[in-house]
Amino acid sequence: MTNFLTAGLGLKPQHYDAALACSSAGLWFEVHPENYMVDGGPRLAWLEAIRGKHPISLHGVALSLAADAEPDPAHLKRLTELARRVEPALISEHLAWSTWRGAYHPDLLPFPRTTEALARIAGNVCRTQDALQRRIAIENPSHYLKLYGHEWSETEFLRELARRTGCGLLLDVNNVYVSACNMSYSAEDYIDAFPGEAVMEIHLAGHAPDPKLGDALMVDSHDAPVAPAVWALYERLIRRIGARPTLIERDDNLPAFDVLLAERDRAAAVLRGPLAEAA
Amino acid sequence: MIDVLARTTLLARFQDDFTQALLATNDAVSPALATLTAQPAFAIYRNTVLKGCIDALQANYPAINRLVGEEWLRAAAEVYVRDALPALPMLLHYGTDFADFLARFEPAAELSYLPGVARLDRFWTEVHAATSEDTLIPAALTQLASGNFFRTRLQPHAATRWAWFGSAPIYTIWSRNRSDAVVDGDIDWHAEGALLTRPLDTVQWRALDRAGCAFLDTCAAGGTVTDAAQAALEAQPDADLGQLMASLLDAGAFSRLDLNA
Repeated sequence: MTNFLTAGLGLKPQHYDAALACSSAGLWFEVHPENYMVDGGPRLAWLEAIRGKHPISLHGVALSLAADAEPDPAHLKRLTELARRVEPALISEHLAWSTWRGAYHPDLLPFPRTTEALARIAGNVCRTQDALQRRIAIENPSHYLKLYGHEWSETEFLRELARRTGCGLLLDVNNVYVSACNMSYSAEDYIDAFPGEAVMEIHLAGHAPDPKLGDALMVDSHDAPVAPAVWALYERLIRRIGARPTLIERDDNLPAFDVLLAERDRAAAVLRGPLAEAA
Repeated sequence: MIDVLARTTLLARFQDDFTQALLATNDAVSPALATLTAQPAFAIYRNTVLKGCIDALQANYPAINRLVGEEWLRAAAEVYVRDALPALPMLLHYGTDFADFLARFEPAAELSYLPGVARLDRFWTEVHAATSEDTLIPAALTQLASGNFFRTRLQPHAATRWAWFGSAPIYTIWSRNRSDAVVDGDIDWHAEGALLTRPLDTVQWRALDRAGCAFLDTCAAGGTVTDAAQAALEAQPDADLGQLMASLLDAGAFSRLDLNA
């Protein structure tokens, strides 16, 4: 279902008209489903209009799959209904948690990667895939904290999660770069160890040094163009695993649509170039 | 208590401690989390969660933001957030009781109009996100036999909201502050009502008199046009019912009519 997707863009309300008018081959758009979980009205009408012209990916931020609790059935139902409505080409979520004991924390929170956590998350992913009646992709998050108690490396944790549940993976290359800087490991080694056969989607985005701590802490800020080091990691990945649907994420400091489209075209060129063919 | 803890998983305990530390304003965090909160990076999570909630309130209450200024609103929002994190991840619906919060928020005591204005900001969101359904057009009424009109029940549209504000010109204050447009002129301090609707998928608003509010209240309660007209005249004896009806239909306030329901 996803083999026709090339490179896509995160869809921002400021760019609706340009996105609707754009006819670039293979272009697709990604949205956070939480922003379209309304009963009716213009938001859904906008999304359906875009969907009429381009494939859509639903990239959830709130299923809280890494919480030690089942996903909220009401939220799962809302996601299922939206998916039925827009028939997305891809659905993805994060290896993180956000809702705990009835309170939603608008962030992607970390946890110790233990065998106990793996069992819980695998159950939550299965429950989600059963509700949606389809395979979803799980994204590697950005890391800022040195957590204690990890029993698994992230790449092996995700490989085992995919094996147990049949889920796919979403590899965010910028998150790898940011986490490698903050946790002092090799981004190249992480990219090389990532289970390539499970990758359903790739994310590229910009990052920035923390305003207070500077280069000691890189932040997955989504407010800048994709950095040269992240492009290099991306090309390294494509050379190994071949072409996969790739998204340019940009949430803040938003440039004109054409500027983002040019960045997206660069990713599309990598996907149809010699690196992808050699894989 | 010991039994409960014994059944709690390591992951659940971590999440209990982590969420408590996220909103802690002092160093009163679990010793188990001290190695995390001592890291400067922990502030990223604290700031992201707090900022995400405050940004949502600021986006959901633009007229309040313009009236009191960004700095005041964000300070008030932080108090609100620390008391009540979102229960749902759809942040469009965060802060549904922000008007009630402002009504009891001590620093806002002299700004008695703020809760009413916040209520209209909330109405805007509800109208924006309400179920899509057909809008009753005036022609549907002209097709009725004349005697049937007064026995008809008019169903307010899912995206129609109205309110009467008895002590302040809330609608005028709100509508002047809902956009960036500069509107000059003194405000005549009087009671007034507001009507928000969504014809053609765009949120619109207009002033509504006391008769109009009573009319819609009665329709929403299942009354006939006769019942609604009587309520309107009781609320406002000099009401022009013909003009009121034309205004409500023009605004797209109804979805359908039921005969003999």
